[in-house]
Amino acid sequence: MWKIHFILLFSRQGKLRLQKWYTTLPDKEKKKIIREIVQIILSRNQKTSSFVDWKDLKLVYKRYASLYFCCAIEDQDNELLTLEVVHRYVELLDRYFGNVCELDIIFNFEKAYFILDEFIIGGEVQETSKRSAVKAIEDSDMLQETVEEYMNKPAF
Amino acid sequence: IVPSVLRELIRTIRTARTQAEEREMIQKECAAIRSSFREEDNTYRCRNVAKLLYMHMLGYPAHFGQLECLKLIASQKFTDKRIGYLGAMLLLDERQDVHLLMTNCIKNDLNHSTQYVQGLALCTLGCMGSSEMCRDLAGEVEKLLKTSNSYLRKKAALCAVHVIRKVPELMEMFLPATKNLLNEKNHGVLHTSVVLLTEMCERSPDMLAHFRKLVPQLVRILKNLIMSGYSPEHDVSGISDPFLQVRILRLLRILGRNDDDSSEAMNDILAQVATNTETSKNVGNAILYETVLTIMDIKSESGLRVLAINILGRFLLNNDKNIRYVALTSLLKTVQTDHNAVQRHRSTIVDCLKDLDVSIKRRAMELSFALVNGNNVRGMMKELLYFLDSCEPEFKADCASGIFLAAEKYAPSKRWHIDTIMRVLTTAGSYVRDDAVPNLIQLITNSVEMHAYTVQRLYKAILGDYSQQPLVQVASWCIGEYGDLLVSGQCEEEEPIQVTEDEVLDILESVLISNMSASVTRGYALTAIMKLSTRFTCTVNRIKKVVSIYGSSIDVELQQRAVEYNALFKKYDHMRPALLERMPTLEREKGVHLIFRRVHVWGKVNTLYDVENYLQILEINGFHAVLFSTGIPSITAYNKNGLKIDFTFERSNTNPSVTVITIQASNSTELDMTDFVFQAAVPKTFQLQLLSPSSSVIPAFNSGTITQVIKVLNPQKQQLRMRIKLTYNHKGSAMQDLAEVNNFPPQSWQ
Repeated sequence: MWKIHFILLFSRQGKLRLQKWYTTLPDKEKKKIIREIVQIILSRNQKTSSFVDWKDLKLVYKRYASLYFCCAIEDQDNELLTLEVVHRYVELLDRYFGNVCELDIIFNFEKAYFILDEFIIGGEVQETSKRSAVKAIEDSDMLQETVEEYMNKPAF
Repeated sequence: IVPSVLRELIRTIRTARTQAEEREMIQKECAAIRSSFREEDNTYRCRNVAKLLYMHMLGYPAHFGQLECLKLIASQKFTDKRIGYLGAMLLLDERQDVHLLMTNCIKNDLNHSTQYVQGLALCTLGCMGSSEMCRDLAGEVEKLLKTSNSYLRKKAALCAVHVIRKVPELMEMFLPATKNLLNEKNHGVLHTSVVLLTEMCERSPDMLAHFRKLVPQLVRILKNLIMSGYSPEHDVSGISDPFLQVRILRLLRILGRNDDDSSEAMNDILAQVATNTETSKNVGNAILYETVLTIMDIKSESGLRVLAINILGRFLLNNDKNIRYVALTSLLKTVQTDHNAVQRHRSTIVDCLKDLDVSIKRRAMELSFALVNGNNVRGMMKELLYFLDSCEPEFKADCASGIFLAAEKYAPSKRWHIDTIMRVLTTAGSYVRDDAVPNLIQLITNSVEMHAYTVQRLYKAILGDYSQQPLVQVASWCIGEYGDLLVSGQCEEEEPIQVTEDEVLDILESVLISNMSASVTRGYALTAIMKLSTRFTCTVNRIKKVVSIYGSSIDVELQQRAVEYNALFKKYDHMRPALLERMPTLEREKGVHLIFRRVHVWGKVNTLYDVENYLQILEINGFHAVLFSTGIPSITAYNKNGLKIDFTFERSNTNPSVTVITIQASNSTELDMTDFVFQAAVPKTFQLQLLSPSSSVIPAFNSGTITQVIKVLNPQKQQLRMRIKLTYNHKGSAMQDLAEVNNFPPQSWQ
């Protein structure tokens, strides 16, 4: 099997901004894992690779501005491609929000999830076209009945 | 009161200056949300659940919102559904019964008129659907897998993958829908179809065989991707849809494995990708990496394999750490099958031992051990010993074990071997694994000509520092065994040191007293001291004193040993030399250590107390005590008028129906028995072969024995019985006796 087990986004202070789990785990266990992984990654220095052996999985992580993006993949998965997956997600966020920054993710976290769900399902990539994924979100936004809560362009 | 909007809440919470302040805000908001839920208000449910999800992300409990998510999912409003499904994915999973309430809603939404609602349902099912949900909804997913709407088709494909993972028996039902999946032009559908096909092929050899026919089509699709011009939709740094390329390469790998025809059909495209892919960016290397893995796994031509290994070799020299990391990982996978090709990159690999990244170091270490052979062992061991010295503690145990193994296999000389062991013990002596100690002891025992050198080096090593337990254990054992060589200065390999018996006992006693010494180590030291009682000449009284002191040690293990050793001094002094004599060289057979020369000593040690004593000594020396070389108990077949005949047994390794019996005849009277003839008869179903006896005279006073070998063939595995006839001359008379032997142990014939 090759699949992503979970995706975490967190700040340089270790604050969680997004958590997507593609395996079933108790809440307590998830919290423990997050604490552990945040600590491992925040303590890595510049001179190390983007990959960490963790339990029977591999963590692939990359920092974009003030946010760390971390993907847990299976041991035999392609780490270099996973870096591309992470990068693609960042590009999708950027295309949707326009010059995305951490505050966008904080104030519009539900959108960050919607975008992720148009890109990945069950730990596997579902769409490889940047345009299609973002268009689906924008079309869905149009379907929303109440505009003031979920405006297309975020206001905070 | 109108509940606050989500953004308002987020802004408010972010103004909190302390954890306590934040907690207070959250509690206030949760209380408001709870009462709003109680009012069953439809208008603001969505807003409230969204706020709850935000608070959940901060780490606060949100389970009271689970049912509300279900209500949102059931709502007709798209806004509600969107948040409802998100909430379900974040707050619910298959372990809560309430999740099953979703099933009906999902079923309805899978058939909704709006594709974005269908999409939400498919996504949720594909991410968190339980086995029960999957069973209930598999049919709907299968329907959508056949739709012409590519937006839904791609999601249905991944949903199907999830269903198969949860309920593998359902895989068959998706087979018809896969028929023309690869004919699609839409990349999303293509990608997810390849994922689905991959999943099916991995789970079922029949599916794998069935889908092999897709190889030409997959090759074509891959070729089109590579040859096609710039496509803005799918382009990544000049490469068209790398995600799809990699997934196709992976499926090709699975289809080409162990199949000559398929492997041949993909040979050209693999060579093309391997040579034409742009390597300046990560994306190109990601594809090359997958290509290499595929080439190595299928039945590729040797030229292609060399190409792949060379790509890995170039990866090793890349400045990008990530590339070096995957190179090492891949080389580790191929080092067994393409050993010579990987050897060519040995020096680069060894350089990676000095990398700052822990994962790279670990892989470089594993790969280095895999590359050690008879030709490079000296150079490689030098590098690995240096690595052992400087690496992080988490590596030391594995590295030490690896060095021991490699040294055992490829040591160019016994001296080098001992020196290498010494180096490991002194460098990383506290990280060496427990099982290394008995192995090293056996090694040292069998290196007969190095005994004096070894004991001298070990003595010097612990003189300054006796804190590293495995080192101290090996050293103690060695000193106990070869202490006589130490004090007589017999070392030839290097300048022999001058050391007295008292000095040697000093160091062993220091180990005994030190609170750094583990209980096991103390046992080694005490036994060593005891053994020296038969090797030293001037200090036996000192040894007796030490042993008697520890007879009242609080440490039960030590106490027991000391008491037994005391007994050895007092009651069994005649046995002490034999029991404590030098260990013979040992053979290792099937993991059990066999001891040969001891068997005759065992004959003289016949009380249970003595057996335990003997076992203790063996166990302290790190051996599993197997006293008999065969394991079958001996019997006394005959014992009359001073003539005693014992039978010992061995089973043939090659023929399970053959038992080999060795008889030993002894004479306890004051006169010799001469012209001794032993005859035996067995029941009809057996066959007997009597070999020549050692002599025909049994000397008096048990001072010698006659031995003779009998081979018994027992094809029907019947209970062994024997009639024996004995004739001999004794005290001037001719003696004759007949007897039945019925007490054969079951292991001798079963």
